[in-house]
Amino acid sequence: MYTTELQKTAKIENLEDPKLLEAFEARVTADEFIEPKDWMPEAYRRTLTRQISQHAHSEIVGMLPEGNWITRAPSLRRKAILLAKVQDEAGHGLYLYCAAETLGTSREEMVEALHSGKAKYSTIFNYPTLTWADIGAIGWLVDGAAIMNQVPLQRTSYGPYARAMVRICKEESFHQRQGYEIMIAMANGSSDQKRMAQDALNRWWWPSLMMFGPPDADSPNTAQSMRWRIKRETNDELRQKFVDITVPQAEFLGLTVPDPDLKWNEEKGGYDFGEIDWDEFYAVVKGEGPVAKERMTARREAWEKGAWVREAAAAHEEKRRARKAA
Amino acid sequence: MGGWTPACAGVHLMATVAVDPRTEYLLRLGDDALVLGQRLSEWCGHGPVLEVDISLANLALDLVGQATLLLGEAGDGDRLAFHRDVLDFRNCLLVEQPNGDFAQTIARHLLYTTWQHLMLQRLTASKDTFLAEFAHKAVKEVAYHRELASDWTVRLGDGSEESANRMADGLAWCWRFTPELFEVDEILEEMIDRGVAPDPRSLEQEYRLALASILAEANLEAPPEQRPIVGGRRGHHSEHLGHLLAAMQFLPRTYPDATW
Amino acid sequence: MSSDWPLWEVFVRSKGGLSHRHVGSVHAPDAELALAHARDTYTRRMEGVSLWVVRSVDIVASDPEQAGELFEPAENKIYRHPTFYDIPDEVKHI
Repeated sequence: MYTTELQKTAKIENLEDPKLLEAFEARVTADEFIEPKDWMPEAYRRTLTRQISQHAHSEIVGMLPEGNWITRAPSLRRKAILLAKVQDEAGHGLYLYCAAETLGTSREEMVEALHSGKAKYSTIFNYPTLTWADIGAIGWLVDGAAIMNQVPLQRTSYGPYARAMVRICKEESFHQRQGYEIMIAMANGSSDQKRMAQDALNRWWWPSLMMFGPPDADSPNTAQSMRWRIKRETNDELRQKFVDITVPQAEFLGLTVPDPDLKWNEEKGGYDFGEIDWDEFYAVVKGEGPVAKERMTARREAWEKGAWVREAAAAHEEKRRARKAA
Repeated sequence: MGGWTPACAGVHLMATVAVDPRTEYLLRLGDDALVLGQRLSEWCGHGPVLEVDISLANLALDLVGQATLLLGEAGDGDRLAFHRDVLDFRNCLLVEQPNGDFAQTIARHLLYTTWQHLMLQRLTASKDTFLAEFAHKAVKEVAYHRELASDWTVRLGDGSEESANRMADGLAWCWRFTPELFEVDEILEEMIDRGVAPDPRSLEQEYRLALASILAEANLEAPPEQRPIVGGRRGHHSEHLGHLLAAMQFLPRTYPDATW
Repeated sequence: MSSDWPLWEVFVRSKGGLSHRHVGSVHAPDAELALAHARDTYTRRMEGVSLWVVRSVDIVASDPEQAGELFEPAENKIYRHPTFYDIPDEVKHI
């Protein structure tokens, strides 16, 4: 999740020196870490740049749906928690952009790719946050799904990415818990609050399952990404794990998962669940999510309105250096 | 001081609650922190660059934390934050001013935080144990705020032509609200006499000098003196506060019986 | 050429007595703000008592291609390690 285009993993070109390629593959297979100055195949560099920058974009765009509620958080405690959480997401975007920059792409290039619509980000953030329960649901479901994907990435083959993920996982440990805590308060609250809680689960459940990406059958390059340790478990494996963990949590809240086909399957030791609406998923990937335009407009505006600040600080430093040299 | 004050300025409007001067003083400090924290939190996700977004959120978090302590000491913190209307808010007018552009936010922060820092330094010697302890903790946070606001003032003032103009505009917007920071009324007078609060007049000179020195470093002129606009400490605010409260208080007001 | 602010590497001393450790990077226009950004980004959870920032371009790094000649010669100098030496068990404090 957080990266929606894994199926696009670049093919290894024949141009690479076979000896170097062989040595590289051997290192990755031996669970060694690849560092920025090490030789790596171009396809690996490109795939990683795309994956890490998408992950970074997701963190940054992901600030918006929750940021929508910072000024309206219902208590001082909730306000501080939400602000700290959304700030963490900015930090995580920052760690990830820096990791991607070690592969030779500037932050500006990545940001421009996002703003032009060329780069993707997680589909989940193209849905609106309507009530306070959505803040609970995002922490519980969206961060829950994110953690599932991110924990194995702490052992991904690219050193800077793996180190960023270690930091991110450590910091995110409170994110899901604060979300679930909000859900507990809402699900046990007034009838209005219960209604908000159930409605939030209804709206966020399926988009959360989509976060794990297309079914394995439609992810032809998963094998290569797994071999490179850019990806550690398949989309369907992670999705199943998520459903199995989350359904009992919904039951504890007394909320109903909006899937009539959801059923425990004794034989496989997991839940069977209904068909995901993949047309919806691909439409959102294409940029047709309900609030995709709002998200991109907000990001572009922040960037454009910030241009004079970035320029001014750079100009000041230049002046200072000139004065010092004189 | 010859500035604009609302007609019934002397009348105490917190009619529903009999408020003792110490509570009133806590509300003034607490509302300053709450309202400024709320304003800064509006930046989250919209900053000019990721690093600055993170910095602004840190400032906001410090302020929300200070508000939580101060309002918690004044009474039920959440009740005070979410169930008072404009007339009962005690923050100064400066902190409720809109963010505007980044320069206006920095101007507002510089003008407030320089005052807050000087005030907290003195408040550490308060005879009121709670306030002295609070000041010891907050003064460190605010020292950093002051540093950051000063750093940015210098960079914008002495950056590009555009940033210098914007910084000058931001200062010009906020300037009329600074005299309120040094206003002493009966309540504050009593707090000063009891050794609870520092006398803001004792730090005015230092405040002016500190600002002059930052503005000089930033290659900026101080805005021409403006007629002071006051009233916040008595509940007479700008139009902006009502909108800020409307957003901030919407949930607890709409669902008064809910716990969150 | 990107108009990003320069990149700085951030090093944090987590507590007195320990050395500074690399934790990540930030963009900043100058050294002062690099420290502020490093503080705001990397010490939000009481991670440190001291910070270093250094411009990324100023770091001189060894070439991975030379890793063999630089680091492997150390592998056959095991006499530098205390475990190389046989000392009878009954001899103490050595």
